[in-house]
Amino acid sequence: MNAKRKKLIYNSVTFGIVILAYVLCSSLYGSMSRSLRGQLIPICCWIVMAVSLNLVVGISGELSLGHAGFMSLGAFSGIVVSGWMLNGFQMENEILRLVIAMAAGGLVAGIFGVLIGIPVLRLRGDYLAIVTLAFGEIIRNVMNCVYASVEGKRLVLGFLNPSLPGKLLLNGPNGAVSVGKIATFGAGFILILVTLTVVLNLINSRTGRAIMATRDNRIAAESVGINVTKYKMIAFVTAAVLAGMAGALYGLNYSTLIPGKFKFDQSINVLVFVVLGGIGNTLGSVISATVLTMLPELLREFSDYRMLVYALLLIAMMLITNTPASRAVLNNVKGMFRRRNLHQTVQATQGTGKEKGGRQP
Amino acid sequence: MIFLSNLVNGISLGSIYAVIALGYTMVYGIAKMLNFAHGDVIMVGAYVAFCAMQYWGLPPAAALLIAMAVCTVLGITIESLAYRPLRQAASLAVLITAIGMSYLLQNLALLIWGANPKSFPSSMIVLPTLSLFGGGLTISGVTLVAILANLLIMLVLTTFINRTKMGKAMRCVSEDRGAAELMGINVNRTISATFAIGSALAAIAGVLLCSAYPVLMPTTGSMPGIKAFTAAVFGGIGSIPGAMIGGILLGVIEILGKAYISTELGDAIVFAVLIIVLLFRPTGLLGRQVREKV
Amino acid sequence: MSETIRRRNADTKMVPVPSRSIIPERDLGKMPVLECQHLGIDFGGLTAVEDFNLVVGKTEIAGLIGPNGAGKTTVFNLLTKVYEPTRGSVMINGIDMHGMDTVAASRHGIARTFQNIRLFSNMSVEDNVRIGLHNQVRYGMPSGILRLPAYWKKEREQHEKAMELLSIFGMQDMGDMQAGSLPYGAQRRLEIVRALATNPSLLLLDEPAAGMNPHETQELMDNIIKIRDQFQIAVMLIEHDMNLVMGICEGICVLNYGKIIAKGTAEEIQRNPIVVEAYLGKQKDVGEKEGTEA
Repeated sequence: MNAKRKKLIYNSVTFGIVILAYVLCSSLYGSMSRSLRGQLIPICCWIVMAVSLNLVVGISGELSLGHAGFMSLGAFSGIVVSGWMLNGFQMENEILRLVIAMAAGGLVAGIFGVLIGIPVLRLRGDYLAIVTLAFGEIIRNVMNCVYASVEGKRLVLGFLNPSLPGKLLLNGPNGAVSVGKIATFGAGFILILVTLTVVLNLINSRTGRAIMATRDNRIAAESVGINVTKYKMIAFVTAAVLAGMAGALYGLNYSTLIPGKFKFDQSINVLVFVVLGGIGNTLGSVISATVLTMLPELLREFSDYRMLVYALLLIAMMLITNTPASRAVLNNVKGMFRRRNLHQTVQATQGTGKEKGGRQP
Repeated sequence: MIFLSNLVNGISLGSIYAVIALGYTMVYGIAKMLNFAHGDVIMVGAYVAFCAMQYWGLPPAAALLIAMAVCTVLGITIESLAYRPLRQAASLAVLITAIGMSYLLQNLALLIWGANPKSFPSSMIVLPTLSLFGGGLTISGVTLVAILANLLIMLVLTTFINRTKMGKAMRCVSEDRGAAELMGINVNRTISATFAIGSALAAIAGVLLCSAYPVLMPTTGSMPGIKAFTAAVFGGIGSIPGAMIGGILLGVIEILGKAYISTELGDAIVFAVLIIVLLFRPTGLLGRQVREKV
Repeated sequence: MSETIRRRNADTKMVPVPSRSIIPERDLGKMPVLECQHLGIDFGGLTAVEDFNLVVGKTEIAGLIGPNGAGKTTVFNLLTKVYEPTRGSVMINGIDMHGMDTVAASRHGIARTFQNIRLFSNMSVEDNVRIGLHNQVRYGMPSGILRLPAYWKKEREQHEKAMELLSIFGMQDMGDMQAGSLPYGAQRRLEIVRALATNPSLLLLDEPAAGMNPHETQELMDNIIKIRDQFQIAVMLIEHDMNLVMGICEGICVLNYGKIIAKGTAEEIQRNPIVVEAYLGKQKDVGEKEGTEA
């Protein structure tokens, strides 16, 4: 099979599954349990988080442990902007407000993505990872000290200063109170489609190839004239923008939200989605984010044991997919489907007739 | 004088971070993995010591030894069950397994000991509070013990790494695992030993931590764990003196930052300093600069 | 050095130019592609390359030879700005390279292959070449994401160019294969194709024939000449295979301990007693000490 067609099929399957899932969920909406219904929008947000983190971890090859920080920035700027629009400008149209809030969330997260990316992307490997973790924690810590209110048409921001005039939107460690719950499942679905379009089209383009080149071999990428920092930055900031938009949607789905919600654990959770879905595999991220977000809910019958079971499942899955013995079994299964393919590859290699010295010199 | 007392408190907290960071740095240096469950081994150590004293009425020294023994066994078990099968796997897979292990330990602790915070007995530390400058500067027993314990551990560990056969094996495995194996070094046993030492240190750290901040919960270990990990990176991960310097500096920065800049921003200051240090020394204070060969 | 070498460079007449170098007569009157003056670099206290003076003509095939550890790859690293020289200057097509980085060096027309192959091994053969075309066939990120007409047009152009370049080595049918799964010889050839894709005026080949059998080497020699003729570029190569060097290189430069010990045509180099001594050692100290390749 030709590589181009393979990509096309992969992309169509990814979009197909998402669209099918949306159609199924919206038609079954009436018969869903309350808790499952409440999960729909968060699932959309986590899918976007996982797909965007995959852009950093899988495509640009840098471990980021602070992705929830961008979600937090997006969530609170989205909430503030939405509250500002409502209280300052009497904007009653919820859809418009949601769109503006998500754009603002993406913008703020993107700006911070650039600011954070500049120092972070100068480092390598585990040192880069720990600095992303540090930034995630700094964002959470700083968000605890941010206050915002709207007075007339004016937005007032305060740092470590809770006594602001007008209607309070953001109250430091107590977070956002009386948020208008304007997030909708449809918006989540559209955000997923946008994310998939951006990420998949990016991967299969000149920019995406340059990003993957920096991942596969930094020195070789530089030697062919690719500015490594620039392309790592593109991946990092794109992911931050998407995470910010997901954050805004997430924040506007709850009536209250505290900065402590976006702890280091959340960044790790998203990373778990990415790794379990297959590093660099967008469809995998979508599926694992969905399944793992619902899993604690599905494990309800284990009640007290459900997080324990979740932890055990996590370890078991890593062991099954990564040990040599189980890998061999998996490859055998895969081999049954790929035999035809392999045959073609062998033919292609022999076709040139130059590989193994057909004639004696 | 207040500054001096803050400084001493910082060094004390830093010493605890340093003991935890030693565990991180040894495991990273030798097994080349980030053991995210290390923070939770601290928590287990603290709970075991707590039970030994509170429920079984054992003396503090015995409680500490039991905690160390339990953590050592726990460390070796975790390593052989979860990490050893992944020796050849991608480092991210190992990282996720370690995270899973961390969740597992936290939730096991939640089931066994419940979510309610336990108040750690103060009888653990027998040293009296030291009063200097006519009461101008008081140094609590915990502070003294933490600093002394840190120095002692450093000394013993450095001697162990540099003077014993197992220490040499550890240095070999750290340098080149494949070559060490070819020289007849049992890599699995060496890594097990590393985990054993790291986990025993975690038990000591757990007892020190809970003596200084006597609130014991299933999540007690996670934040100090992350901070200690930061400290290890700060000092140059893989380096034992680096872990100590990083730990102490981090503790001092945290306490001074909270005292003089802002209580709310204490953690942010710690992490900001880490970032600044890494920008100027990309492999930490004492980390080796490795230049990729072209 | 046997007499059976098939001379492919016999018709080149070499003429002297300033700074005691020689270039092919046909390149006289054209700007030399490369001009190094007093180039040198120190690593700490070690002087790896010293007083390196060389002129490479616009369409010359130049050889850089010398014993292991002589500093040959370091010269390539200096030319491609992996290292910033401590002393001296490099001019590429008359432009001073001072202050450029690797990316700028590539944009100014220097392309290279690596001693230990550096392909984008998880990507397809065609994508490897397309990445080489990165700065040749350009379109912006928005065009890529929104699939604007520019995307389709330039992607087609990239594909056609990539296939054309691959066909130099008869690899056009392997476009969809994973680069890392190719046989060794094909990987070396792919590296050359990728370097060519950057539209260089100077192609640096670091041991292109390493690991190839004599037949493959012969084919490589023909292809290097073919590339030079077709693209009208200069090629500079490091190689230990004397058949290849003496067979196709027009000007040869011999390096030992970081210094040029001889420059000249193949005949001159073969007759030069200093070169023979550098390679085989004096009669007395045959066990010549070999440094490490930098």
